[in-house]
Amino acid sequence: MLKGHQTWVYPAKPVIISTGTVGGPQEAKGPLAEDFDLLHGDLWLGQDSYEKAEKKMLEEACEITLKKAGLQKKDLQFFLCGDLLNQVVSSSFAARTLAVPFLGLYGACSTSMEGLALGALIVDSGYGERVLCGTSSHNAATEKQYRYPTEYGSQKPPTAQWTVTGAGAALLAPGGDGPVVTSATIGRVVDMGMSDPFNMGGAMAPAAVDTITAHLRDMQASPRDYDLIATGDLGKVGFEIASDLLKKHGLEIPSELFTDCGLEIYDKKHPEALSGGSGCGCSATVVYGHILNRMKKGELKKVLIVATGALLSPLSYQQKETIPCIAHAVSIEYGC
Amino acid sequence: MSNKVKKNLTPVQQEYYDFAKQREPKRPVFSNCVRAFLVGGGICLLGQLISDFFLWNFDFTEKTAGNPTVAILIIISVLLTALGVYDHIAQWAGAGTAVPVTGFANTMASAAIEHRTEGFVLGVGGKMFKLAGPVIAFGVFSAFVVALIKTVITMLGGL
Repeated sequence: MLKGHQTWVYPAKPVIISTGTVGGPQEAKGPLAEDFDLLHGDLWLGQDSYEKAEKKMLEEACEITLKKAGLQKKDLQFFLCGDLLNQVVSSSFAARTLAVPFLGLYGACSTSMEGLALGALIVDSGYGERVLCGTSSHNAATEKQYRYPTEYGSQKPPTAQWTVTGAGAALLAPGGDGPVVTSATIGRVVDMGMSDPFNMGGAMAPAAVDTITAHLRDMQASPRDYDLIATGDLGKVGFEIASDLLKKHGLEIPSELFTDCGLEIYDKKHPEALSGGSGCGCSATVVYGHILNRMKKGELKKVLIVATGALLSPLSYQQKETIPCIAHAVSIEYGC
Repeated sequence: MSNKVKKNLTPVQQEYYDFAKQREPKRPVFSNCVRAFLVGGGICLLGQLISDFFLWNFDFTEKTAGNPTVAILIIISVLLTALGVYDHIAQWAGAGTAVPVTGFANTMASAAIEHRTEGFVLGVGGKMFKLAGPVIAFGVFSAFVVALIKTVITMLGGL
């Protein structure tokens, strides 16, 4: 059901009955290591390419999700998935293994919430009963595609972010025990003219602010109605800009309610994380792992996840295009 | 540079550009320069030691000792790249590891390793010069221009 301009409210309240999160070596050293279902000490995962390693992680995340729900592949009706690699190959290849009707998505790092919002729509409308939403990113595979070879010695500026090696999946169903998806706000593409691919946080911050404002306006809510508002992967730099931008627009979110998945996933002193984590896997693993675990423990009742994505390609920035950005917000409740 | 970027932006985008720039951590230019000086200088010192080693122990002249010295530095750099250490040193050292011959060796070795998965011909062979290509193309071209200038000056009776 449409509410306001761009928000979907799900009256049937689709339930996230199970999730699966897989992480890589850096994530294993981070403060959220406990919240992962599976961690790998090796970036290669025993595969012969990073791309295959990413696909493997995604398959594992889906497998774990199904196992935790006590279901099998054949019980799934739809699989919605996306990632950062060209032609979303990791997702398509994982979908080949799953052999479930599949829709490939691309929303850069906002794919996690794009998938969850669409999956909830399918379940809410009754067009599907068990929908699996997943996404993944792999540090080395992403670096290879977007930037330089992994072993190339270039010095990154302090605004750069570290792509998370991780995959997350969530299974939606019309009923059952688990956190409920109550509403979702689909973001607009916002381009504030930033063109530095080493400062994605700065480029994405206005998109996050636009979607948060739109969500609160459409839902006639205030930040205090939530126990936590988490942006996807703005990092230190983007998060600070977003906080100040919200203040400037007269919408102050109390700092104890406001966080960023990219800031949570790595140790703040970790030198190579620089501004923080990024990538599809960042919001997916933090939300489906850490944040939902906190909800199940009763620490949080109502959260708003605002996954942010920078819709650039290596070609577009070489051709001096600015970076268009997007953010999708999903509201999740448990025990309300 | 920043003014050129700003010129094409709308007023709202310009306002945001300034807003975001104020909140962006500055690149630590001074400490980067000091580190680059120390590491770059260190690599040159190492090169000098290797060169002296060849001069004292073998039958090399100052001119011929250059080639084996560069070869050794390249081998060290390629080894460190293959062991996955070079990029970590470079994040700290910046231009210090990028400018000497070790940096050039690193660009080729890292690209060759990275694209090994696409096979020897299209991967290793084709992509090895992905980063080194421009250095070679513009290096050869500038050498040509400099040689041309030198030839003209010599022909005119100068130098």
